[in-house]
Parts: sequence; C-alpha cells; structure tokens
Amino acid sequence: MSDKLLMKGNDALAEGAIRAGCRFFAGYPITPQNEVPEYMSWRMPEAGGAFIQAESEVAAINMLFGAAATGVRSMTSSSSPGISLKQEGISYCAGADLPIFFANVMRGGPGLGNIAGAQGDYHQSVRGGGHGDYRTFVMAPYTASEMGNFPRKCFEVGEKYRIPSMILTDGVLGQMMEPVEFQGEPVDAAKLPVPEWAIGANPGRARRMVGSYDLRDGELEKMVLERVKRYKQIEEKESLCELKMCEDAEVVLVAYGIGARASLAALKLAREQGLKVGLFRPITLWPFPKKQLIEVALRAKSLLVVELSLGQMVDDVKLSIDCRIPVHLHSRPGGVIPTGEEIVESVRKALKAGPKEVACSR
Amino acid sequence: MQQVTRRPKSLLDVKMHYCPGCGHGIVHRLVAECLDELGIAKRTVGVAPVGCSVFADHYFDCDMIQGAHGRGPAIATGIKRSKPECIVFSYQGDGDLASIGMAETIHSAARSENITIVFINNAIYGMTGGQMAPTTLIGMPSTTSPKGRDVKVNGYPIKVCELLSQLEGARYLERTSVHTAAHVIKTKKALKKAFQYQVDGKGFAMVEVLSMCPTNLGINARDCAKFVGEKMMPVYPLGVFKDAEAPAAGGK
Ligand SMILES: Cc1ncc(C[n+]2csc(CCOP(=O)(O)OP(=O)(O)O)c2C)c(N)n1
Ligand code: SF4
Repeated sequence: MSDKLLMKGNDALAEGAIRAGCRFFAGYPITPQNEVPEYMSWRMPEAGGAFIQAESEVAAINMLFGAAATGVRSMTSSSSPGISLKQEGISYCAGADLPIFFANVMRGGPGLGNIAGAQGDYHQSVRGGGHGDYRTFVMAPYTASEMGNFPRKCFEVGEKYRIPSMILTDGVLGQMMEPVEFQGEPVDAAKLPVPEWAIGANPGRARRMVGSYDLRDGELEKMVLERVKRYKQIEEKESLCELKMCEDAEVVLVAYGIGARASLAALKLAREQGLKVGLFRPITLWPFPKKQLIEVALRAKSLLVVELSLGQMVDDVKLSIDCRIPVHLHSRPGGVIPTGEEIVESVRKALKAGPKEVACSR
Repeated sequence: MQQVTRRPKSLLDVKMHYCPGCGHGIVHRLVAECLDELGIAKRTVGVAPVGCSVFADHYFDCDMIQGAHGRGPAIATGIKRSKPECIVFSYQGDGDLASIGMAETIHSAARSENITIVFINNAIYGMTGGQMAPTTLIGMPSTTSPKGRDVKVNGYPIKVCELLSQLEGARYLERTSVHTAAHVIKTKKALKKAFQYQVDGKGFAMVEVLSMCPTNLGINARDCAKFVGEKMMPVYPLGVFKDAEAPAAGGK
C-alpha cells in the first residue's frame, strides 16, 4: 500500500510492526508510548496475533522471551523506566540468541523524570543495557514514516543475526502526527519460515532447548565469542546513516532522532546565514556508522554533536573519528528540545574555536 | 519375567545432579510419566526455572526453555499464547515461584492462562545454599535466619495454594507431598489431573508439592522425609484447594 496516512508516530510504529509480520505483543502502560499497546490491543487480534497487557515490564519481556522462542515475530514497547525493568529479559534473549523486537519511546530521566522527549538512554541502548556481553541492533527513526517502516528492518536484521533489535525513539516523535507511507507489501506472518531453532510442537524431530547458560569450563566463552562474530558482520554490513549538505560543510552537525529534527532546523537557518553547515544523521546507533562518519570528518573542520542528553552519542562520535578533528557538544538533557537558533549559536562558537582548545574535550 | 515399571520415555536417560534424598528427581519422574500417559510429549514445552532444578531442561525429552528466576509463568504465557496447540508447563521452586516470581504467578493465575505449574515447596532456597525462603517455617533456621525464622524480622510463611484459591482464574490447585510412597502416588494423580486440565483447555492449574531438601535443611534423607510429614504438613495442609468442576474446596 502506498497511500499516505496521517498517523501518530506511536501508531505508525505499531502498524508498521504488524505489517512486518509481528504476531505477538506484550506490554505495560507508560507514557509517552501508550498508543502502542492501545493500538495493538485491537489490531493484533484482527491480524490473527496475540496481545497481552502484562502485569509489569518484567513480565512483558519474559512473555516475549517465550513467544519469540516459538519463532513468532514478537514485540514489546515501553519508555525509559520500563526499559530499565526489561533489561533482565533483554539480556536473557540476547543470551538465548532470540530475535525479539522492542521500542523505547524515551522520556526525560533519570528516575521517573518527565514525559517529554529526551535521549538519555543512548548508552543503555547501544552498550548492552542489561548484564553480560551483548549488543542490540538499534535504529533511530526521525519521522513518523520511519517509525512505521523501521520495524521490518529490525525484524529482518534481528532474525538474520539472531539478536534483539530495538527502535530508540522519544516522546515527541511518538506523539507527533505526520504523513506516513508504509513501504513494501505487508508480510504474511503465516508464510514466514519457522526457524530451525524454534521450540513448540515437535512431531518427529529431536527435542530443542532454548537458553542462555553453560556451566561447563570455557563453553560460555565459546558461545559469547561466536556471537561476537555475528556482531562484527553486523558492524560491517548493517550500519546506516543519512547525510545532508555535508559536501562543502565546515561544521557538521551529528544528531539522531528528535535531535536530528532540531538540527535540521538549525541547518536551514545556518545556511540562510551563509554558514557552511551539514548534517550527519546516524540511523543505526549500534552499529554506529563509523566509516561513513570518518569520510565526512576528513572533509570538515569540526563536528558538533547535538543531543537531548548530557552527551552520550558524543563518545561514539569521538571514538569513530579517533580525534581527527575537534568534536563539540550541544547538550540539552531533561526533556528540553534545543531550538535551531541556539544550535546555530553553537555552530558559530565551533567555527571560532581553535582546534587545540576543544579537540576531544567536553 | 514381567516388567512392572520402567523409565518413562519422556525422562531422558542421563545422570541427574540432585542430592540423595531430594524430592526434585521424584517429581521429574512423575511429570515425565504424565507426559507419556497423556501422550502429549511431542507437543509439550517445559520452562526450567532458576534454582536446583535449573537443569530440568536436560532431563525431559520435550522442548525446553530456560527461564530467568521467577519468570516461568510469564514465559509460559508467551509460549502458550503464540502456540496454543502446545502443552506448556513451568517447573519452579518456592523461592522462584513465591518470592521473586510472585507477581508472575498471581497474574498468570488471574488471567487463567491455560498452563500447568509444578511447584516444589521445600521450605528453603536450595541452589544458593540454604537461605530463608518465603515458605520457611517459623522458627526454622536457615543461613539468613540463623536463629530461626522470627516473624518479627521475617514475617510469616506464604501459603501459595490458599493465596491463589482466592482467584477466579485459578482452576485447579492441589497441594501434595512426596515424602512417602503413598503420597508420591497421590502427587502423580494430581499432576496428571493438572496436565489434563490444560489438555481440556480449562485454564490455570498448579500442583504444590511438599518436598525434601536434606542438604540445606541439614537433616539426613530419612529424617528429612519425616520433617516434611511432621513439620511442614501441619503448616501446609494437603488437599484440593480449587477444582473448577467441584468449585472451591477451600482447604482440606
Ligand atoms: C535475579 C536472580 N536473583 C537471584 C538469583 C540467585 N538464585 C538462584 S537459585 C535461587 C533460589 C532458588 O530457590 P528455590 O526456588 O526455592 O529452588 P530450590 O533451589 O530450593 O529448588 C536464587 C535466589 C538468580 N539466579 N537470579
Ligand atoms: S540442595 Fe536441596 S533441593 Fe537442591 S538438589 Fe540438593 S536436596 Fe535437592
């Protein structure tokens, strides 16, 4: 279907997951993502799937653990405090190599924080979040359309490499209404192949076990290292980003999600004022698009990272370009959205700053 | 020569890790017999817990998944809802089910998930080395209540069958024991009924089995069976607490 629909980001996320073949959803209410379970509660049975309002986030993610183990495309969504609770189960899914899919519609934090859009959960998302050595495939949409179309990619990558995948978004994108265009034909869940590891009714085949532990000497290390090989492949093949006006840019803004929306406004403003500014938008946060960023950094004078957090992605930016050029940070934590004007102000400062003063410092 | 008993087909021929005198092995066998006799092994998925029975997934000849501590009922819910044709059971200890997993237990019962829970109550945390469980008896020592469980400090034991019998969604609840041969036979019957409930689509069924942990109760195997009969049974009376067909027996 290629019609344009006017949809809230959260509704697009839910509909996109169903069109991607998701047939199991378990969740627990938390603002600003409530539209997702609300939408799923009627749409999922309509699509022939299961919806459960769980008693807690802990229960929801463990329901997913069970459902995903049967090979069914499964999803949960939550917002920051709820995602913290889900980390136990996410780690177990990572340990069991299960391709679950979840969305974090971030709010301001830490603690109960507020319900505004924020980006304080970046580290938690890209570094693992739960216990143990693992990674999650993380996508960061910045429009309602992307909210609706990224679930399919998350399921595909998650299944191909057998890892949990997530969409990291925020309260503003979740609540924002925009035209949404779903790409590709809806996936027929009944026609998806049953994975060779899935548990369930087994007339005839050998029994299967899904789990995450191995107490035998050295065996767990082997399992973890085998997983690392897949992580390497993902890093090589699956990183995505978008570049805007980077060819002649002296200062390149680096921002994702709602931060990229604000940066886009700043980009337009800056260009109007004759400042040579570009935008580098990571679409996958893990794997971080390192190679693409290095190419951009080799042409620019400095990078300005715009984040709705104390500055978390800035670490990956610095690591990626290995301090080749100065990296500045424009940070608004606690659910405050930066304006285009204030970002342009930071662009001017970056243009004035001498390289030594600012290189690799916060 | 006539063979009167044999290893159930659904119990794999591997050496179990349980201590001598432990009740887990007995109940494993009973569960496997149920799967055989009901002819459901080929569509059964078991959820192994965290606790001494953490290796349950190595012992049953059916698909198995290893849960996180206490989350068995939620995992079983996810499996059952996505594959309703499967028979799903969760096997759990008292720390797992009545402490960290209490919310998952109560809510899966309240939703009347069509699953079967095998609940081993040995009044202690076995795997982690004998700490107090929610089911530890008043006055009973443990490594975290060395002077004996003191209600002023630790509160009272939780009677799970009694608690769950308040819930409409709980359809079959029975407490049994495995401390004598006669009780083992009764436990088998209860377990079979609990699985039959699921086969018939009747909703949440749980059997609480009073069991021995000689190692962590610090009692030799024979005396430990006695302990279950003499000390645990008065606190945890056996019987059917809920049977949707013979509504709410409500105790003994
Ligand atoms: C989240 C979490 N907390 C604690 C533990 C440690 N732990 C492992 S087994 C166990 C207690 C098990 O006791 P019980 O459920 O009574 O089973 P038993 O060993 O007696 O059969 C605990 C606390 C864990 N594995 N995970
Ligand atoms: S510690 Fe107790 S529960 Fe665990 S195997 Fe030994 S006897 Fe059984």
